[in-house]
Amino acid sequence: MSAPVATQPPRAPQEPPRATRSLTARVLTRPEIGAVAAAIAIFIFFFAVAAPFRTLPAFSTVLYASSTIGIVAVGVALLMIGGEFDLSSGVSVVTSALTAAMVSFQLSLNVWVGVLVSLIVALAIGFLNGYLVVRTGIPSFLITLSTFFMLRGINLGVTKAVTGTVATPNVSELDGFSAAKAVFASDINLGFINIKITVLWWILFVAIATWLLLRTRVGNWIFASGGNSASARAVGVPVHKVKIGLFMGVAFLAWFYGMHLLFNFSSVQSGLGIGNEFIYIIAAVVGGALLTGGYGSAIGAAVGAFIFGMTTQGIVFAGFDPNWFYTFLGAMLLLAVLVNLYVKQYALTRK
Amino acid sequence: MTDTIAEHAARDLKAGTPLVEMENVGKAYGAIRALEGINLTVNAGEVACVLGDNGAGKSTLIKIISGLHPHTEGVLKVDGAETHFGSPRASLDRGIATVYQDLAVVALMEVWRNFFLGSELRKGKYPLAPLDIKAMRDIADAELKKMGITVKDINQPIGTLSGGQRQCVAIARAVYFGARVLILDEPTAALGVKQSGVVLKYTAAARDAGLGVVFITHNPHHAFMVGDHFIILKLGRRVLDKKRSEVTLEELTTEMAGGQELAELSHELKR
Repeated sequence: MSAPVATQPPRAPQEPPRATRSLTARVLTRPEIGAVAAAIAIFIFFFAVAAPFRTLPAFSTVLYASSTIGIVAVGVALLMIGGEFDLSSGVSVVTSALTAAMVSFQLSLNVWVGVLVSLIVALAIGFLNGYLVVRTGIPSFLITLSTFFMLRGINLGVTKAVTGTVATPNVSELDGFSAAKAVFASDINLGFINIKITVLWWILFVAIATWLLLRTRVGNWIFASGGNSASARAVGVPVHKVKIGLFMGVAFLAWFYGMHLLFNFSSVQSGLGIGNEFIYIIAAVVGGALLTGGYGSAIGAAVGAFIFGMTTQGIVFAGFDPNWFYTFLGAMLLLAVLVNLYVKQYALTRK
Repeated sequence: MTDTIAEHAARDLKAGTPLVEMENVGKAYGAIRALEGINLTVNAGEVACVLGDNGAGKSTLIKIISGLHPHTEGVLKVDGAETHFGSPRASLDRGIATVYQDLAVVALMEVWRNFFLGSELRKGKYPLAPLDIKAMRDIADAELKKMGITVKDINQPIGTLSGGQRQCVAIARAVYFGARVLILDEPTAALGVKQSGVVLKYTAAARDAGLGVVFITHNPHHAFMVGDHFIILKLGRRVLDKKRSEVTLEELTTEMAGGQELAELSHELKR
């Protein structure tokens, strides 16, 4: 049966019917589609009701607010595509900032030493999260919930013990501050608009993450680890390494945003950051990431962050009571989950 | 379809050479002995069928050969050399590929990404080298075409294919990447009659191309159609071990249905 036969092949070589899917079908199965539609609707809404929203400086503020959510949300989205969850991302932002501030101030060092030490601390936290999750098999929700509480306590306790107050000392007089501020927190003049440098970093991180996801082997592995980790492991994907790497990626981005906080305000409050982990997760989910993993995109998370940037600022510009923001947040999340469910079902129907 | 398998099958395979040998292999999970005293030889160009009810130890047997869980007793030899697998990758590198019943593919990923998962083609050797997406699409497309699997679009999620097609893609993938031993875990369990037929034809084609096949099933009819050697497991022990020439379908069916126990039960319930 295996030997090549010179005689007539057993069945007529029929070309199976093939067709590229219609444009609608391809667009509708993109993870970002719901978020893009929502972003357009919200933009039009605030554009219509809030006059100050229409100016360029206001747009710059919106972009800045989006970038502060979006930078960490990129990492969180990748982690969620890889099938895991990180509740400690909000407080590890502050842990990084506190570490950098206290190491450089208390030891009277160049701020870059603090920046480097805090990077190592952040990556260690990410590694620990990932290692515990893959070694124990305990859901990442529980592992990172524990890290969340531990870091929350450490942030307050250590800051109080070292400085005697709940905030770090002002680091703006230290060596290297202006260079660090230029990297993490400067304003960039684009001619027609002044924007914070975090917006550019955010765009860069989204671009790198998108390329990583769609164009590299690692991206393939991230999707597979989240979509079906047992099957991925069986064909030789190093699922454990991928997941630890993703936790470290979140930690890296949390560190980056922590550095922005520190060099933007020169001092950091130790109680900050609590609750932000949910905003990152919501940005990723609104952007099309499935809670169960295996599906989502970095661009989607960026659009999700942009939606929240627009809303936090838009509510202020429109003169609404800002307390409604959380109501909006919840409603968006519910809507996003429903849209995602529909998109997933649509993607898996036989066509 | 046979072309694909014959083209990619390893050249050094000679029918009858033992590829995987198990001598007295057992596996204990703590105090529970899931498997003990298993002797199994997988020869090139033959199908070894492992039959058994739920909980008989079939999955444990697969996990040992495929490197998911190492064995705790006995000797496992691959190509004559004693081996202890530490990971699925180690097993894959020795040419042992496993196609799992329910976890053969990642449903939400495109067909071509699934085909190359874990063995992606890249445009360079350095870390983070970009994928060679065009080549992977073209190869996956060509391979599936040869096997007569109708895919409307190679970019569609593999979850949109039928169960039989997904199994075939997974088998084709294993063979394409040079598998010498193919382990099929309940490949026909969730399939209809027609789709099972497609998978069984594939299994036979892989055997004829010289691969050693381990066919795990609880369906004696399917096993008898392709098998050369039959082993029935019950509660982690071997209760039947016969060559094709020594056994009949009736014997297999009776033994699978419960054999002696069933006879006693029917005597008890006589009416």
